[in-house]
Amino acid sequence: MARRYLPVAAFAGLIVAIQLATLFTGTAYHLTQLTMTAYYSLIIVGLCMLIGYAGQISLGHAGFFAIGGYVAAFLTTWNLKPHPGAFVSLLGKSGALVARPDAYGVSLLTVHPWLACAAAILLTVVIAYLVGGPVLKLKGHYLAMATLGFGIIVYRMVLGTEFLGAADGISDVPGFPLLSGMVITGNSSARVSNYYLAWGLVVLGMVLLLNLVHSRVGRALAAVHGAEDAAGAMGIPTARYKLNTFVLSAVFASLAGVLLTHYNGGIGPSEAGVMKSVRYVAIVAIGGMANLWGALSMSLVLNYLSLRGYFGTYDDAVFGVILILIMLFAPDGLLRRHLLSDLKRAVSRNPAEEEAP
Amino acid sequence: MTLLSVRGVSKRFGGLQAVNDLSFDVARGSIKALIGPNGAGKTTLFDLISGFLRPDRGEIFFEEAEIHAMSSCQVAVRGMVRTFQHIRLFPKMSVLENIMVGRHVHSNAGFLAGMLNLPFTWGEERRIREKSFEIMESLGIAAHARTEAVSLAYGQQRVVEIGRALACEPKLLLLDEPAAGLNMRETNEMGRLILRIRDTGVTVLLVEHDMSLVMKISDEVVVLSYGQKIAEDRPLAIQKNREVIRVYLGDDQ
Amino acid sequence: MAGITYGTIYAIVAIGFNIIYNATGIINFAQGEFVMLGGMTAVTLNQFLPLPLAILAAVVITTIVGAVIEIVFIRWLHKPSVLRMVIITIGISILIRETALHIWGESVKALPYFTGSSGSSINLGGVYISSQILWVVGIGALVVAALGAFFNLTMLGRQMRACSANRDAARLCGIDAGNMVTLSFMVSAAIGALGGCIICPITYVQYDSGTPLAIKGFTVAILGGLGNSTAAVGAGMILGILESFSIWVLPTAYKEAISIAILLAILFLKPAGIFGSPEAARLKEF
Repeated sequence: MARRYLPVAAFAGLIVAIQLATLFTGTAYHLTQLTMTAYYSLIIVGLCMLIGYAGQISLGHAGFFAIGGYVAAFLTTWNLKPHPGAFVSLLGKSGALVARPDAYGVSLLTVHPWLACAAAILLTVVIAYLVGGPVLKLKGHYLAMATLGFGIIVYRMVLGTEFLGAADGISDVPGFPLLSGMVITGNSSARVSNYYLAWGLVVLGMVLLLNLVHSRVGRALAAVHGAEDAAGAMGIPTARYKLNTFVLSAVFASLAGVLLTHYNGGIGPSEAGVMKSVRYVAIVAIGGMANLWGALSMSLVLNYLSLRGYFGTYDDAVFGVILILIMLFAPDGLLRRHLLSDLKRAVSRNPAEEEAP
Repeated sequence: MTLLSVRGVSKRFGGLQAVNDLSFDVARGSIKALIGPNGAGKTTLFDLISGFLRPDRGEIFFEEAEIHAMSSCQVAVRGMVRTFQHIRLFPKMSVLENIMVGRHVHSNAGFLAGMLNLPFTWGEERRIREKSFEIMESLGIAAHARTEAVSLAYGQQRVVEIGRALACEPKLLLLDEPAAGLNMRETNEMGRLILRIRDTGVTVLLVEHDMSLVMKISDEVVVLSYGQKIAEDRPLAIQKNREVIRVYLGDDQ
Repeated sequence: MAGITYGTIYAIVAIGFNIIYNATGIINFAQGEFVMLGGMTAVTLNQFLPLPLAILAAVVITTIVGAVIEIVFIRWLHKPSVLRMVIITIGISILIRETALHIWGESVKALPYFTGSSGSSINLGGVYISSQILWVVGIGALVVAALGAFFNLTMLGRQMRACSANRDAARLCGIDAGNMVTLSFMVSAAIGALGGCIICPITYVQYDSGTPLAIKGFTVAILGGLGNSTAAVGAGMILGILESFSIWVLPTAYKEAISIAILLAILFLKPAGIFGSPEAARLKEF
């Protein structure tokens, strides 16, 4: 068991090392993009669980990110003051509301971020169960198209709805308060604490997922991925497990959406777009489909580079190219043991046995 | 004491009547074999019994309960487990892991318990592992515990698949052509293995082409031809049965 | 009216899907990009060439692109899994879209009307129809008829059908399956490009017009039964009309979501499509 957690400790060490490096070189502004990278990585590892271990593709995961972000954004910016009523005063008395001034000094009455977060996650779980049920019964390109379609529907809905900000999205989202005075916010004064909060959450998520992989359910998921019929014949409830994994990965994405929205102070429809979903799949693919650490490291590198603008106007194209190259030459991802021999086999003229993901 | 009861089961695929009004019983603690020429409907029958297909007509009873509408997962939970004609081990998993999957029905840790690594799972995992080693040792494959299962020799893969099924502690074990692809020595060992399994109290129903194996280990044999049962008797009687001989060797007259 | 116009273009895209699917079992997600490329290239070429030549050249260029894609990305793969192919074609569609973005920028382009202008219309039995719509429907019908003739009457077409029905048997008869696949990509690219040109005056074209068309084309293909091109025509009309009526019921902003909702509904309820059969719904092998 300790073997499992050793990389976790090493990774935590890496995170601290990075922060200290920025401290000594006076480049603390890097921490902002690194913090955003952490939240995106949360989506990635959840998605890796779904694609690599449960064997289900999802080309619409940005949709869950958006559901989380938009619900949180909306509830924490929607002014309830002009709508007094029994329900509102009940909420107010139970401490569910927050009275605060907005950017222009106007006093607002909005939902407390914790309640908004809970609502966002709850809605995500409901939608994931409703959508996942029928979708996961599909196979191959039908499954891919259905998840793609789901993502696009979410995108179109947030783009086309007035009270969700339409094309402009929602801004002026307040910070997310935690206990002991810490807040998740983009304020540069809270840069270091937010950096550790975000990556701490990622480390926690990794621990949970690593535990799952090495548990009875993780074994069952690997079996389902490897030979679904045989797994069912051994008494594994394949449909239920696939669905639960789907919902779990949706919750990871949604939580990332909530917190990143509070960090950024807003959210826009592009977060729900197809290109984002493709990006997430590309990163999982390049990290090795069933490799949590691979996905996390690739996420750290690629998301950071993208956020710093290294890819320029070719940002989306880069991930498209990555996806193609990986799928052509190394469909099981890059970071795994037999990479070199697999690559040689792929480009040689010998038709080798292909494995279906 | 009847463990499995097939009553008037029929299944049609388009224009082909694969199984036609088939009925037979399997007594608890016995070894029963299904034989018949290719295309006789044996694998279809297996799929019907083990929940992979639904019969068009007829019923199937397992321990007095109706199971013909159940899925393979539900049937497995009730104590009926099968192997496959074309071996279906889990790729990218070791022999040990494959067998540990068989213990799934006898363990409890779910998603939450798994993620939180709750203490009760530690004992459960240890017991799963120990039981799996026991099974591997009794089958003589413990040396390959950490090897990727699909990289083993064919005969050994068959044994692993049986080990996986045994890990479920089934009441009824369905073996789909267990001797397929085995040489004579391996077939004899398979025969001895099946007898040992029966001796531990597991009932066995097998589909098989290897006549010597069938005649040596079965208590009773059911002969199928074009989806229908043409004989059901003890092995010696089957060998002398005129209909059976005709079906296999054709009409000389 | 708008429903029929859009329906025709959706049907054309769907037929493009079907041709490649029938030949290879692949769903070519980049199909929509062929339409976009056809329109964009024609607009650019129209600056130097008269309209008919510009369209012809655009179709030819897109056809070549289709062939190149097949040769570079698809041809040398050996028994890829369905999922891998979907992702690869999605990647290809992204590549094409991003290239288009860098060549033409974000601007919206349009071809001039083939005859008359946006204001002119023809009186057809008391109803005034825009002349371009007649072009769309007319050429659309011609394409369907030409394809039908090609597949049923010409040797090459029959070879392609043989290949799609049973690849190994076709090989044994001396048909080069690899070239058939390339040909299928070329034909799909050609009709996609032509479709892009005829619809361009009405709907305009932009670097990212391809993806929504691909989704809707795929919906139509599934609706009619994957691989069934005759049904695709009918299904295209159904989707087009449903879409244009949806604005009476839902806010316009959600119009794009209609086709996806329909897609999901079909996938969940009857993946074989309205005219398809359950056996046909089982995915083909590459």
